[in-house]
Amino acid sequence: MIGPNGSGKSTLFNAITGLVTPESGEVRFAGESIARLPPHRVLDRGMARTFQNLRLFPGLTVLENVMIGRHARLSTGAVGALLRLPGSQREEEEAREHCREILAIFGNRLIPRADHVVSSLSYANRRRVEIARALASSPKLLLLDEPTAGMNPAETQELASQIKGLNQLGLAIVLIEHKLDVVVRLADKVVVLDHGEKIAEGTPDAVRRDEEVMRAYLGRSAAIA
Amino acid sequence: MAETARGMLGASCAWLRAASPVARIAPRLRPRIGVALVTIGALLFPVISRNDANIDSAANALAFAALALGLNIVVGFAGLLDLGYAAFFAIGAYTYGAFASYQIEPAWSGFWEPFQWLGLVAHTGDVVHFTVSFWLMLPISAAVAAFFGVLFGAPTLRLKGDYLAIVTLGFGEIVPIVARNTPSVTNGAMGLNGVAAPQLFGWSFGIDATPYYYVGVALVALLIFTSTRLKSSRIGRAWMAIREDEIAAAAMGINRVKFKLLAFAIGAAFAGATGTYFVAKLQTATPEMFMFPVSVMILVMIVFGGIGSVWGVVLGAMILQILQSWFLEDLSQWLHWLGRLIHVGWLQQVELSSSIEMIFGVILVTMMLYRRQGLIPATRPVQALSMTEQTAHVGSGGSSHNFDRLTGLGALDREAEGPLLAVTDMTVRFGGLVALRSVELTVP
Repeated sequence: MIGPNGSGKSTLFNAITGLVTPESGEVRFAGESIARLPPHRVLDRGMARTFQNLRLFPGLTVLENVMIGRHARLSTGAVGALLRLPGSQREEEEAREHCREILAIFGNRLIPRADHVVSSLSYANRRRVEIARALASSPKLLLLDEPTAGMNPAETQELASQIKGLNQLGLAIVLIEHKLDVVVRLADKVVVLDHGEKIAEGTPDAVRRDEEVMRAYLGRSAAIA
Repeated sequence: MAETARGMLGASCAWLRAASPVARIAPRLRPRIGVALVTIGALLFPVISRNDANIDSAANALAFAALALGLNIVVGFAGLLDLGYAAFFAIGAYTYGAFASYQIEPAWSGFWEPFQWLGLVAHTGDVVHFTVSFWLMLPISAAVAAFFGVLFGAPTLRLKGDYLAIVTLGFGEIVPIVARNTPSVTNGAMGLNGVAAPQLFGWSFGIDATPYYYVGVALVALLIFTSTRLKSSRIGRAWMAIREDEIAAAAMGINRVKFKLLAFAIGAAFAGATGTYFVAKLQTATPEMFMFPVSVMILVMIVFGGIGSVWGVVLGAMILQILQSWFLEDLSQWLHWLGRLIHVGWLQQVELSSSIEMIFGVILVTMMLYRRQGLIPATRPVQALSMTEQTAHVGSGGSSHNFDRLTGLGALDREAEGPLLAVTDMTVRFGGLVALRSVELTVP
């Protein structure tokens, strides 16, 4: 999904995940309506997201952040936590293993820093933690809001291939992205938003030649020329 | 020159650390040995001290340590600033007070006979009075306070920061006022009288401080255990996520309503049990014991000790309470003695305990300036990566990695027909601004 700044891309994400209440409209996820569900129920159904301007838990460690992403898939209650029942302990151990494996998606970028506080991490690593946190909930659909923002070209390519890899594992991904080379490389289908309206949809190549899209990005005169 | 000096200093520090006996203990054992030493110290204290006034001060300090632990769950873990925490202390106190004193005296009738047989009531003449056991009332008071925690918590769920603080402040004011104006249950400003002392196997605790001290130690130990277990669990993580970023917590699947209410309820339950302990020890309760300054004092204790740190808040509460009730009086005595020695009149009349608020203020300002994270900070610094770790080759990761747990990821296993995600006719307005107009989006 692409579009100029302020065209409503992040708002659409917020509306889908229940952070913003839409005036009208219907959202169906895997055949069931999820419109107007609270955000935690949306994640529970299998849709996880990241945020454009990073919403990590800065005072907690990398592993804790990712473990919180796993929250909805765990069931330990107060009694289980208090008595460390065998079931809760096993669940906790498995969750930790699972989260470590998700960190391994990013090679050794995050693994050595698993016990570091997130606020001590570089910007690119924080973006990776946010993706890992979303992945920890075992989503069916992943919404990524500008995952490569603030990354240099090499890091961008690295992340793009990792996202591609996740997609090949069977995970559906909706991506908001400004870097067109990444879009062309990753996207099967591109949706273009401008001023809150969808102006084009299609393969990356088709969208690139679309006149409406050119006008939205470059202005009227450029499109005519 | 300065470089060399710093280098030498660093080296000698490292040497000291390596040579100290602590360094010889395996890092994994250190916390356990620490806990064992603290436990032994706490258990032996009355044997060593033998001064009833000091043991009494320590028992009071333990009550405040328990309160600090409870408030730490609400403020430290879940990040919900509660300025009326003493309300739950009061509720716990009056719950025990009402069921173990001569305050409520209904007329005797056959209805009470089964309760009398159970030992919950006794009758003198033709009136009944409640004699419910202290040990039974501890969990009951905790449950009653937890109920009120949920009751007071529910209207504040949508609030945060300053607004939440003001509303909780309001609840904190309401409870003592209700207590003062309900003399039939609380005896109003006069205070409850004749609250029964706890009994153990027929032996009454009476007014000796030592048994209360041990009950206090057991209570604080239980609450420390509960706090640490909860903190490192799924529940503690959810609380900390809400504290750090509420929106992100919700987007990560945390039910904010449930976990905020759970924090209020557990925090209040701690205060309820402590209220019962405190009233049993004091054998009276007046509304003045639960006013706003008490809430503030508990808050100061957890800020001083290290907000969010279980052992920190216990230490903070113990130090401030013992300072107030014990050390300041001794210090005043020494100053009087010094004044007599050097013939300075005003020094002979100094009463440090009466300016306790000022001393708390000075401590708090000093802490904020030099050690904002408290005596024992909640988070410990993690060692920086070594040079080799930092410059290690970055593995490509991604799909080349062999995943054995990430199966189940993605939509391949879904059964439902149709597209995975279908957004139709989505319109979002922010006031006059149309952010989205009839947007459609389909993910196959």
